[in-house]
Amino acid sequence: MTNSNALPSSSSHAVTVRNLSRQFGDFVAVDNVSFDVSQGEIFGFLGANGAGKTTTIRMLTGLLQPSSGEGSVGGWDINREYEKIKTRIGYMSQRFSLYDDLKVRENLFFFGGIYGLSRPQIIERIAELDISLNLSQMENRKTVSLPLGFKQRLALACAILHKPPILFLDEPTGGVDPIARRYFWDLISTLADGGTTVFVTTHYMDEAEYCHRLSIMYKGRIVEMDSPAAIKKKYQMTSIQDIFIHLVDR
Amino acid sequence: MLNSRLMPLIRKEFIHIRRDPRSLLILFLMPVLMMFIFGYAIDMDLKHIRIGVCDLSRTPASRDLIETLNASPYFDIVARYSDPRKTEGLFTQRIARAAIIIPADFARRLAGSPESPIGVIADGTDANSATLVQNYLENVFVSQSLKQSSSGNGMPIRVKARMLYNPDMVSAHFVVPGIVALLLIMIGALLTSVTIAREKETGTMEQILVSPIKPYEVVLGKAVPYLILAFFIAVFILIFGHIWFEVPMLGSWSTLLIFCVFYVFTALAIGMLISTLVATQQVAMMLSLVGTLLPSVMLSGFVFPVASMPLPLQVVSKIIPATHFLVIIRGIMLKGNGPMELWPSFLAMTGVGVFFISLAVKRFRMKLK
Repeated sequence: MTNSNALPSSSSHAVTVRNLSRQFGDFVAVDNVSFDVSQGEIFGFLGANGAGKTTTIRMLTGLLQPSSGEGSVGGWDINREYEKIKTRIGYMSQRFSLYDDLKVRENLFFFGGIYGLSRPQIIERIAELDISLNLSQMENRKTVSLPLGFKQRLALACAILHKPPILFLDEPTGGVDPIARRYFWDLISTLADGGTTVFVTTHYMDEAEYCHRLSIMYKGRIVEMDSPAAIKKKYQMTSIQDIFIHLVDR
Repeated sequence: MLNSRLMPLIRKEFIHIRRDPRSLLILFLMPVLMMFIFGYAIDMDLKHIRIGVCDLSRTPASRDLIETLNASPYFDIVARYSDPRKTEGLFTQRIARAAIIIPADFARRLAGSPESPIGVIADGTDANSATLVQNYLENVFVSQSLKQSSSGNGMPIRVKARMLYNPDMVSAHFVVPGIVALLLIMIGALLTSVTIAREKETGTMEQILVSPIKPYEVVLGKAVPYLILAFFIAVFILIFGHIWFEVPMLGSWSTLLIFCVFYVFTALAIGMLISTLVATQQVAMMLSLVGTLLPSVMLSGFVFPVASMPLPLQVVSKIIPATHFLVIIRGIMLKGNGPMELWPSFLAMTGVGVFFISLAVKRFRMKLK
């Protein structure tokens, strides 16, 4: 089911995408994709590796120019106003891209700094985030020596220091143990409750349940999109994993 | 506040440098090592060239000539023989690099024609040395023939060459400034290209690119710290060359150091450009080494004079920053030149740097591909 142009484009949508495509040579990584994400929604992008999830995120964050199609993030056009988009979004890549030789604190100050926050502002934000992220206990440790779950929380902290209204998470739980993953999703839910729009990609099917709405991607196309409950009802199956395999196999 | 977003970038880069003392040590020790290797190995003065002499003349005049050759520090006579056919054997067995055949009518020809009356055969497999051998020998012959003829009548013209700026013809004085040029371009390009490639590898570059930072800020954030670091390395190797190899400093230190800053900037610009072409640190390293060392050694005038290159290569040499910096550093250190004499080289060098950096910024656009 590929979405038509008829979807209403409302100003309450944090992200709007119409007929977005991206080709790399002959390979079509993202094929005519359309969707909307409401403000405060956790919108999940589900798909196997190479399904086009990361390419979509990169187009929405201004890292990659779309081949065709339109879209807006935070009200700004992704084809023309990507410089403006950058001030409105937080981005956490699948590799928790942090500086290994910097201490926890130094990473936070660096990423806060490039978003134009002053030192007092950053200190204030670290204190705020510390309540839920527990970063201060390892503040002076070098990032390289941190446990993976902690690195993941640090990467999240770096992405939300500047209080972005829209947060892009590209496979944020890769390689992290189940308890840390659970904890991480609780954090994401808290953020969404506070009004942050969360756009998240994953290939862990159990994580799909945390999303308000899911979009299942296969070979560059969106093959299904709805709330997890509605999708399960539609296919008369109890697990998203079974539905995913069913959709991909046919 | 000039730019609040630039400071975190610069500060972060200095933390990287501080946290990696081993690389820092290598950066300061490698130049010393290279100075030793190049400074002592590249001795362009040929001395003690082994020659063979075949004297068919056996006259006082020929013996006088042989004595002159033997007394000079440039030649060691390793073979004296009487059959000219043995000459080739000297070369094939690598006994000598040149041979001199004095014909039987040497004395007569010496008195008569001004033409060189002597056969000189040099081993052409080492073309550079062969040319030098020939030049040296010709000089000896000219003065020799003048000496002979002046004993008679006539007014012999005595040619007396005096070397300006490097009066003792010490190779090190010529080579060491060249090594400084070589090292700075290499280190500058290597530092920047590798550090940017590392950020691409670890994904932090992407994290920076999704932030509101501008391309020129990213480039400046890299350039400023490494400009400062490379400048310190420049000062270090200049002082080292000045003290250890006793390279004279006839011009002003401050002029040289200011020009150095612009040269280092040009080196960083090359590093930036390389980093936009590669994805990994290893490729960045390879490309920086080959891309700076090879042209700088071969085409800049470091060893081979630019003026004696074919025209297309002369044109190429103009876009190599080391070509211009060599004129500057040799001019300042050995000739005492100032900005008044050197501004064309300075402009050309800086122009090349500006060209490279603008190309890099252009390629470094926020959109990745």
